[in-house]
Amino acid sequence: MTEEYELRSAETHIEVHKFFPGSIVLVTAIALVLQSTARVYFPKLEMLDLPLLVTVYFGLSRRNPSTGLLLGTVIGLLQDALSGPTVPLGFYGIAKTIVGYLASSIGARLDTEHPAARFALTFGFFVLQQAVLVLTRRLLLAQPELWFNTHLAVAATVNALVGTALFLALDRLRR
Amino acid sequence: MAVIASRHRSLALLGGVLLAQVLLLAVQIKRDSRGRLLRVWVVTATSPFERSGAWGVGRVRGVWDHYFALRSTSRENEALRVENDALKLTIAQLQTKAAEADRLAVLLNFRQAHAEVPMVGARVIAASPGNASQTIEIDRGERDGIKRNMAVITPDGAVGKVIEAYRDAAQVLLLTDKDSGAGAMLVGSRVQSPVGGTGDPLLVMKYVPTDEDVKVGEKLVTSGMDKIFPRDIPLGTVAEVKPGNPFKQIRVQPAAKMDRLETVIVLLTQTPLEFKTETPNGTGTQPSDANAGQATAKSEKP
Repeated sequence: MTEEYELRSAETHIEVHKFFPGSIVLVTAIALVLQSTARVYFPKLEMLDLPLLVTVYFGLSRRNPSTGLLLGTVIGLLQDALSGPTVPLGFYGIAKTIVGYLASSIGARLDTEHPAARFALTFGFFVLQQAVLVLTRRLLLAQPELWFNTHLAVAATVNALVGTALFLALDRLRR
Repeated sequence: MAVIASRHRSLALLGGVLLAQVLLLAVQIKRDSRGRLLRVWVVTATSPFERSGAWGVGRVRGVWDHYFALRSTSRENEALRVENDALKLTIAQLQTKAAEADRLAVLLNFRQAHAEVPMVGARVIAASPGNASQTIEIDRGERDGIKRNMAVITPDGAVGKVIEAYRDAAQVLLLTDKDSGAGAMLVGSRVQSPVGGTGDPLLVMKYVPTDEDVKVGEKLVTSGMDKIFPRDIPLGTVAEVKPGNPFKQIRVQPAAKMDRLETVIVLLTQTPLEFKTETPNGTGTQPSDANAGQATAKSEKP
């Protein structure tokens, strides 16, 4: 991932944020490791999807669809690799590629700095990811999967809340 | 114009990346290949950090459990508690170590009770980073003799099986995973039937004919028919029975505490062991008699 500064004058002059070198890689690695280890001790954290939050945050901030989708692809494939052989490579990869692309595309058109906008977008991206995961399961893997239930609605809300707070913390990594 | 071209480029890239991943999925399904190379790299790269993370999270939790969480129970002593902060922190650390020692002692007792059976204790260092699977990662791997399809248990009961072994780590598919299953037997009636996961905390016993008498609270043990788990390892307790046609709908509470796995045992054998399925306090972990201090199985080389 290149971290060069970019200003898209054709897209209503929305600023593209630059981060300290290595911060995207470091935050991604921490998110994946935390996602794996924290669940051992705090089972209720299973509803939190830190890799998704990182994908959404950097997508919204970087505002470059190409880098957004590639970051989503890498994070998704790493999540697949850590999920064990029952989860084929590409399962989370496809979902997070789409989320990364859409997050950076939306970020290039709208002001996504306000906490309310971030809450709504994170909620929406969680639901979108779930929809893509269900479609992948049903259409590509021919396995049954529930579309949506109360647990997922709660999980979407929790992720949106945590994401809003996390994004404020990650804003400090901007140069 | 340049923006349109750029948008087309990113759309083309999106299409290409998605297509590549769909093909990747298809290849894995067709060839039953699971991308082992990438998984080896990723697990090898992350497991040292997961070990450190597990250690760090365990320490934080220990301090939280034994210090901060107690604050609300005695607000009237707040002033005194503040004075004793440093001492309580020390106590908390000692208690965490004591709790860990207790867990290890349980494992050690189990290990001594089945001294002839090759087995290895392992610490859980990570869990699946998504809800698509129910797996855990342990800090022992091929170097410790662990191979695919070895049974993983705790003194409480069966946990799952090894689905991938790496050099210094291994991934374990929990019984609660949708793709998981084990041969099971009702202790009372000796009716045998597979038990599988659904992704929920409870297991499902699949093919018990509707005319069989199954009661809530009845114990299940492994039948050994799956060639993974040895016979008579505690598997769970019947939690719910509903009539069905032609099979009953039976849900089973796992014997092992699947949401609190910190240390597990990997059996490096599939030879039958002798387990007692129930003790007075219901833990079901002790050998059945004095002679059972030694497992009945003959050892296998790991």
